Order: sequence, then C-alpha cells, then structure tokens
Amino acid sequence: MARRFVAIWFRHLLTDWFTRRKPELKEIPFVIAAPDHGRMIVKAVNPIACTSGIYTGMVVADGRAILPELQVFDEEPGRDHRLLKALAEWCIRFTPIAAIDGADGIILDASGCAHLWGGELAYLKDLLTRLRVFGYHVRIAMADTIGAAWAVSRYGSAYPIIEPGKHIEALLPLPPAALRIESNIAERLHKLGLKDIRSFIQMPRKALRRRFGESLLQQLDYAVGQQIEPLVPVCPIEPYQERLPCLEPIKTATGIEIALKELLEQLCKRLADESMGLRIAVFKCYRLDGNIQAIQINTAKASRNSSHLYKLFELKTGQIEPDLGIELFVLEAPIVEPLISSQEAMWNVSQDKEMQLAELLDRLAVKVGEKAIHRYLPSEHYWPERSYKQALSLEEQPGTAWREDLPRPIHLLPQPEQIEVTVAIPDYPPILFKHKDVLHRVAKADGPERIEQEWWIEQGLYRDYYCVEDDNGCRYWLFRAGHYEQAEPKWFLHGYFA
Amino acid sequence: MAVNAKIPFFNKAEAKQEIIARLQQEVYSLQRFKKVNDAITHTIGPFETAFPNQSFPTGAVHEFISHEPEHAAATNGFISGILSYLIGRSGYSIWVGSARVVFPPALKFFGIDPEHIIFLEVSNKDILWAVEEALKCQAVSAVVGILSELSFKESRRLQLAVEQSHVTGFIHRYKPKTENITACVSRFKIRSIHSAILDGLPGVGHPHWQANLLKVRNGKPGSWQLQWNGNGFEEYDTRQHIISIPQKLKAG
Repeated sequence: MARRFVAIWFRHLLTDWFTRRKPELKEIPFVIAAPDHGRMIVKAVNPIACTSGIYTGMVVADGRAILPELQVFDEEPGRDHRLLKALAEWCIRFTPIAAIDGADGIILDASGCAHLWGGELAYLKDLLTRLRVFGYHVRIAMADTIGAAWAVSRYGSAYPIIEPGKHIEALLPLPPAALRIESNIAERLHKLGLKDIRSFIQMPRKALRRRFGESLLQQLDYAVGQQIEPLVPVCPIEPYQERLPCLEPIKTATGIEIALKELLEQLCKRLADESMGLRIAVFKCYRLDGNIQAIQINTAKASRNSSHLYKLFELKTGQIEPDLGIELFVLEAPIVEPLISSQEAMWNVSQDKEMQLAELLDRLAVKVGEKAIHRYLPSEHYWPERSYKQALSLEEQPGTAWREDLPRPIHLLPQPEQIEVTVAIPDYPPILFKHKDVLHRVAKADGPERIEQEWWIEQGLYRDYYCVEDDNGCRYWLFRAGHYEQAEPKWFLHGYFA
Repeated sequence: MAVNAKIPFFNKAEAKQEIIARLQQEVYSLQRFKKVNDAITHTIGPFETAFPNQSFPTGAVHEFISHEPEHAAATNGFISGILSYLIGRSGYSIWVGSARVVFPPALKFFGIDPEHIIFLEVSNKDILWAVEEALKCQAVSAVVGILSELSFKESRRLQLAVEQSHVTGFIHRYKPKTENITACVSRFKIRSIHSAILDGLPGVGHPHWQANLLKVRNGKPGSWQLQWNGNGFEEYDTRQHIISIPQKLKAG
C-alpha cells in the first residue's frame, strides 16, 4: 500500500498557545523571550509582532526599539515539547501513528486513514479546521514521503496535497533548505548558485558527497523516497488494538456499550485466529474536548470470551464521562497470553469448569478488588500463622501435603487474645480460664504441643498449646507463651475448635 | 362392582399410599426438589432423613444461625463436613465473609482440600452480592456466606439464583438481630457439646454437636447429637451411651 504522510507546521506554536490561554492577547504584539549571554533573546513571535519586523533570535531591546508597545513573556523551558506531545496525542484520532518533528512540527502517518474521512481533501480539511479552531496557525502538506511533506508544508506555495508519485516534481522548485539540511550546507549551495532542488538533484552523487557531505544525500534520499525514514510514534502502537471512529459524537451509555461490544467482537475474533487470550484490556474513549477516558479490566486467566469480557467492562462503564461526546473508541490488549483453542478444551470438562470459575473470579475482582480474593496452599512451618501461604494463581497446586496429624482449630483468631488462667501445676492445662470476663471451667484437656518460634524468621517465646473443653462442651485452643522460670507466663486464646 | 368388593381392605390402603407417594413426588418436582438417583446419593448423615426424598437437598440455600463464637466455629465445622461431600475431590467452593476466620489447614480434618476453597473478604454490603454472583456460577460446587442479616427478599434472590444453577448455598448468620423468616429450605442451629471419649480416657474427643433442624421445607424438623469422626457424620447420643468402664480395668 502506498504510504502517505502529513506534515503539520506550527508557525507560532508558543504564542498561539499563549493567545489560547489569554484571548485578549490576540490584538497585542508580544514575544516570548529567554535570557542568553546576559541578553533577552526573542524565542517566539506572535503574528502581529511578526508583521512589524520582529523575528526569532532578535534581542528584545531591539524589538522594543521597533515596536515600543511590544509585550514580553518569559519562556518556560520544555513547554514547546510538551505542547507538541499533547498535540501529537490529540492527532491520534486521525491516525494511530503520530510523531513529533523538531521543535515546531508533527508528522502523521496517514497511510490508509484518509478514506475514513471520505478522501484526502476532506481529511486534511478536517485536521486543518480543528487546529485552526484551537487558534493555531498551521501549514499542512500531504505527500508520499515525510521529507516531501515537510518541504511542501514549509516552503511550498501551491496545493498542499501532493498526489501519489508526484512528490519529486513538487520538490524540484523548492529551495535546498526544504531538504532539512544544516544551514551552512544550504548557504554553501546558495553561494554556488544552486537555488532550487532542480538544479542539483541530477548531479552525480559522488560529486555531491565530496562537496556537501553524506547528510545532504541522505536527506535527498528521504525526500524522494529512496530510503525509508524512521518515525518514532508518540504513543507506541499496541499490537492488539481495535479502533472505532464515530461520525457523530457519542454521548449515551447505550452508544458506548454498542461501541464496546463491537470492539470486543473484533478483538476476540483476532485473538481466536492467533490462539491468544488477553489478560489486561483497556478501553479508551477520546472525547471531543481532547480528554481521554479510560477503563481497564484484568482477567485471572487468559480469555477471549467477548461476552465475559463485556460483563467485566459493564461494571465499569459507568465511570466514563462522555461530557460533550466521544468521537473515537479504542480497545487495547497490552498483555496477551497463548490460549489453546476452545475446540480442544471441549473434550476436557474440568477445564471448561475452571474457565467458568476464572470468569466468576474476574467478575468478583472487578467489584471487590483482587486483594479480597484468597486461596491458600500449605507452607512448611509449624507456627500456626505461617503454616499456610497465599496461592499466586488459580492453577498453582500445593507443593507439599497439608498436615493432618496435629489438631488445629477451625477458627483461628487473627490475634491471640490474652486470658487469665488458674493452673494447678506448672506445665499442666489450666483448670479455669477467663476470656472477656466469662469464666470457663475446663472439663477435658489435651496437650501440651510445644511450637518453637522460628529464630531465623522472628525472635520470641515458644508456645505450649492445649486443646481444652469447658463444662459447656465448647472447645478452645489455648497457649502459654514461654516458661515459668522468670515471671508468670502469659496465657492466650488462639482459636475455637468445631 | 362385584370385583371391587373382593379387594381386601389393606390392598386399598396400599394403593392409596402409593398414590400419595406419587403425588408427593410430583409436588416435590414442582418445587424443584430433584429425585436423586439412589446410586449417586451420598449418605451424608442421619439428619438426611428429615429432608424430602431422604436426601440432603442440593441446589438450595440452607440457613445456619449462631450467636456465640464457640458455636459459630461449630457451625462452620458442620458446614465443612457437609461441604466435603458436595465438593468431592475436584470441586471448588467459595467462602464469602467480611473477615476470614476459618483457619485453612483445619479444613483438611473435615475432608476438604483447603486449596479448593476460595476465600473472599469483602465489605458487609458486598457479601450478598458476591454470594449471589457465586451462586449463579455452575462451576462452583457450593457457596458459603457468613453474614448477620438476611431479609426475606434477599433470601428469595439467592433461592432464585440456585434454582438456575443448582449450586448449593450455605448462609451462616452470625449474631443476627432477629431470626426472621427467610426463603431458605432449612434452618439449622449447631451447638458444641461435650465430646465423647470411650472408656473414660483423658483428652478431648472428636467434634461433637447438638444439631437442631428448626425448619425444613416439606420435611420434619428434628434434633440430633452428631459427631465428626474424621471421615463422616455419625450419630452419637451421649444420653444413650452409658460409658461403661470394663471390669478388668476396675479391678486394677
């Protein structure tokens, strides 16, 4: 497919932005200046000041001499780049590949995009009108190569759309500077009387290389399309992405749901073709006012079941604020994993069940959060609090068996609760214990089971555990921390047996 | 007429019995109590006789009430015992509560692989939502929800969810303000009672409960003393078992 590029040149990027912020500046000549070697140098000029003969690189004092009412604002370093980045991101509604070009331009890879607007003219018109409505003074050109589009946008005076294959012709009358070469090379070409590209494009490459260096040849190659120029998109393209531009801005929940369903169908179809399933999906809504609304879902297991994914999104679609309307929907899957096809899975009933379970957990996780869902596996520790660990995934199986030989209570208190006890003889179970002001008489007891603190993990006293049954028939797990030697040891209630 | 007169009286009564039994079955099936094939019925425990068809109804919601932490532990133990029959070796169960109190390793004593239980710790207002959502999923064998209040309307929602999916639900109401009417098929109250040790040996025995079935749809409420012997429920009434000390030991 023939490639088409759009070059956008912001002629007064910074000042236009200032005027956008303060509309009253529209009628006032002003410049943006920054100190340089002890002087204030003009960095950007607004169109009114420009007509009075003030140019970038002038000393502010000189500008004031020409135009006494000239207003001066301080430059904030890096603002132009930030502005361009934001504008390039805004341009993603026109094409997925938008890149920053130098300090005052944006390049769009419009290959295969223009037909959605009904032709290249309509495409450029829409782009131009929108940027002009924002208040930017821009020049635009569209050509087969980045170099040609750039040259025509800066130096061309004719029609901005260079038809496919005609870009070399369009380049011929332009000055050498249109090739994006260093200024000293351009000057040298001028001195030699080579005032347009036509005059040297046919020259032998060897001669050009000897006199002007490799860079001229490379730029020439980029411009005519001999070499493909690399483009660094401002947003890396997600490999799994589906887009849905809308003719009219969408404002209703139903509209958003239809768009989401449509995109999920497309994405899941593609995932099915490639035997993949997604783990994370992001649904982005590009709003008319430039705001981007995004919602994200995670799945416990790779999935390409569009109705399930839709259910997960459904719980979050309420968070989207359409405001004035949404003009572009994008569905991305940043993380995908291989997923065996459902045909194979049909033979295996338990796998189907696990899928259903994973889908249920996804639904629950969307509402209550992933941290609320736990599954436990045995851990090889005697210390009760450490005798189990959390499973990392639904598939993880226990590495060791659960211990059954020692009695463990069905309810374990998160924190052992201190109790008062009466003990007949040291190292014997208590006769009485008082927990929360209720006195329990011990009728039967088992124990002690001594559990030592694991010194390599934590320092502390060992515990002597007793299973006791009180005179009401209720069973408890008590322990004494430490021994009797120094002081009276403390007793705790740690759990309830069934 | 003459033929009819020859039928003995007891035959008539038998025929009546048969008709009643058949009608009863029809009523059950209308009420969505499935007639379970005898071959796959598990004999869970003696309390099954209280239920229609003599089998513990699956695909229904059962309610348990407890007021004390000790009895709450007993109730969860009892639920675990039933659960072990329902989930078997490969099933999954979901426990929903505001905080996890169950000690996972202890479930092994009730015949459950603890890794087959998924615990959900959610805020009080989300518990019922999570239980309902889990009950709708056919991949789950059983769902246990631990909460305090359950209105009739909420219980009806849960009942409707299980009628679709045939998942068994257990609602353990801990310290409810009122014991209001619910749409659950049964209401149990489980209390810990003295464990039984044979021959007067010292120590604590198997988990032993007083299980009171207060309400049951189409069944007979009842009360049993049950113990979990590590493999299953067994009726063990301490009032009937007089612990006899063998004469030999007495002699010395």
